[in-house]
Amino acid sequence: MKLPEAAGLLLAFLARLITGAQGHWHGCPPKAEQRIYFANHQSHFDWVLIWAALPSDLRATTRPIAARDYWTSSKLKHWITREIFNAVYVSRQRSDDEDPLEPLMQALRNGDSLVIFPEGTRGNQAEPAPFKAGLFHLAEAFPQVQLIPAWIDNVQRVMPKGEVVPVPILCSVTFGAPLQLQAGEDRHDFLDRARRAVIACKDLG
Amino acid sequence: MGALRDLDVQQQVALLFVVLFGVLMLVTAVAIARSVRELSPEQQERFDRFVRDLRATWLGAVLFWIAWVAGALVSTLLFGVLSFLALREFLTLTHTRRGDHRSLLLAFFIVLPLQYVLVGQRLFDLFTVFIPVYVFLAIPVISALGNDPKRFLERTAKIQWGIMVCIYGMSHAPALLLLDPPRHEDRGAFLVLFLVAVVAAAQIVQESVGRRLRSRPAARHISRSFSWRGWFIGVAAAALLGALLYWATPFKPVAALLLGALAGGSGTLGELVMKALKRDAGVRSWGGKASVTGAVGLLDRVAALCFAAPVFFHVVRWHFGW
Repeated sequence: MKLPEAAGLLLAFLARLITGAQGHWHGCPPKAEQRIYFANHQSHFDWVLIWAALPSDLRATTRPIAARDYWTSSKLKHWITREIFNAVYVSRQRSDDEDPLEPLMQALRNGDSLVIFPEGTRGNQAEPAPFKAGLFHLAEAFPQVQLIPAWIDNVQRVMPKGEVVPVPILCSVTFGAPLQLQAGEDRHDFLDRARRAVIACKDLG
Repeated sequence: MGALRDLDVQQQVALLFVVLFGVLMLVTAVAIARSVRELSPEQQERFDRFVRDLRATWLGAVLFWIAWVAGALVSTLLFGVLSFLALREFLTLTHTRRGDHRSLLLAFFIVLPLQYVLVGQRLFDLFTVFIPVYVFLAIPVISALGNDPKRFLERTAKIQWGIMVCIYGMSHAPALLLLDPPRHEDRGAFLVLFLVAVVAAAQIVQESVGRRLRSRPAARHISRSFSWRGWFIGVAAAALLGALLYWATPFKPVAALLLGALAGGSGTLGELVMKALKRDAGVRSWGGKASVTGAVGLLDRVAALCFAAPVFFHVVRWHFGW
């Protein structure tokens, strides 16, 4: 076993020990299909939680999105996101000639699954903030990829914004039924529907 | 039963485990035989619950056996892990706020390990007062420094309670294990077994009597099954079992009878208190089928023990002057 693999197992074990990392699959089974998981975002821990809740064979092909300027700023951060999580890096600064979604599109063309947080930033309200348009563009470009809504519960108590050490509190991730972009559906309507699908997962748990 | 008293410790332990696992296997065999019969939905539900309880008992028995085989250090660690899991379940359903983050870290990563180190070192005098005296001061101080006055008393009280039940109470089980009674060395494990057995007997008898007698609940809004008559019968059963087990303990028969009644009684009352806490949190059990959080319901199983163990430990130490 190589070092990144072992570190990944250790990290998943720690996440389970601290949060339980329960995955509740309500709308769909955990299958090795190409998927985009989209969820509410409250803490840095969110990604680790979803990742630990996935069965181990799905972890290898499911990738997070990481901000390039932050996650490559030190060697350790870069190593963790590159070697353990195989993250897709995006740059936060917009340049005119580059589509910010291009790295994501590239990953989807490779057949990888993605986890995205369409709110764009960590919120601290009970309900997620309005979704950004990226999810819509991805759904438009890749109609064959399943879109799975997920609700992450309790994680804001594990590691509130600004704290470093997590407190052991049980969390769960509830996965809902796949969503599809309807023919001719408006961007705004679709994003609103996706947001409501995430909130609906809260009550399924 | 005097003959049993003359056996050496190893033989007594072997005998107890043979009896324990024998009874469990018998019950399991009966359960398997019954599982092939057709049942009405209501009976099915009761049967499923019984199977869950049975599985938990098996797990508990095997854990206890491992603790015995592996010695004091491993069993202290084992109870430490149980403490951690129980506290995690307790705090999941407790309302805390951001300002409590540091207090929770203190509880999990400093208080819990320290308490078990104190047990392991057999520093029983400090062990008894560490949480009620020092942690009782430290937790609210850290919470106050969190700079959030909203529902302050309620939040700190709940954290303090979680620590008392899940860490303080639970840590008394390995303390009994390590309490070397003079002239009865190596009998600590019997004390734990005695405690677990009488508390379980009181709970089981009270529960089944309560279902059959249908007598008036003592606190209807908290528990429909708890009645004083059922409680007394449960205590009597615990006392009887305690007296029957006297040969394995350092106690005389009458002392074993009284200690059995005391432990069984405080355990079942502790269970009632936990029911009140669950009602307050708005759940029927800390885990199991309808759990939102994925808790396994460990706290449901160990709560009675957590209440009975400190009382039992204190009375034994105080009465016998160990």
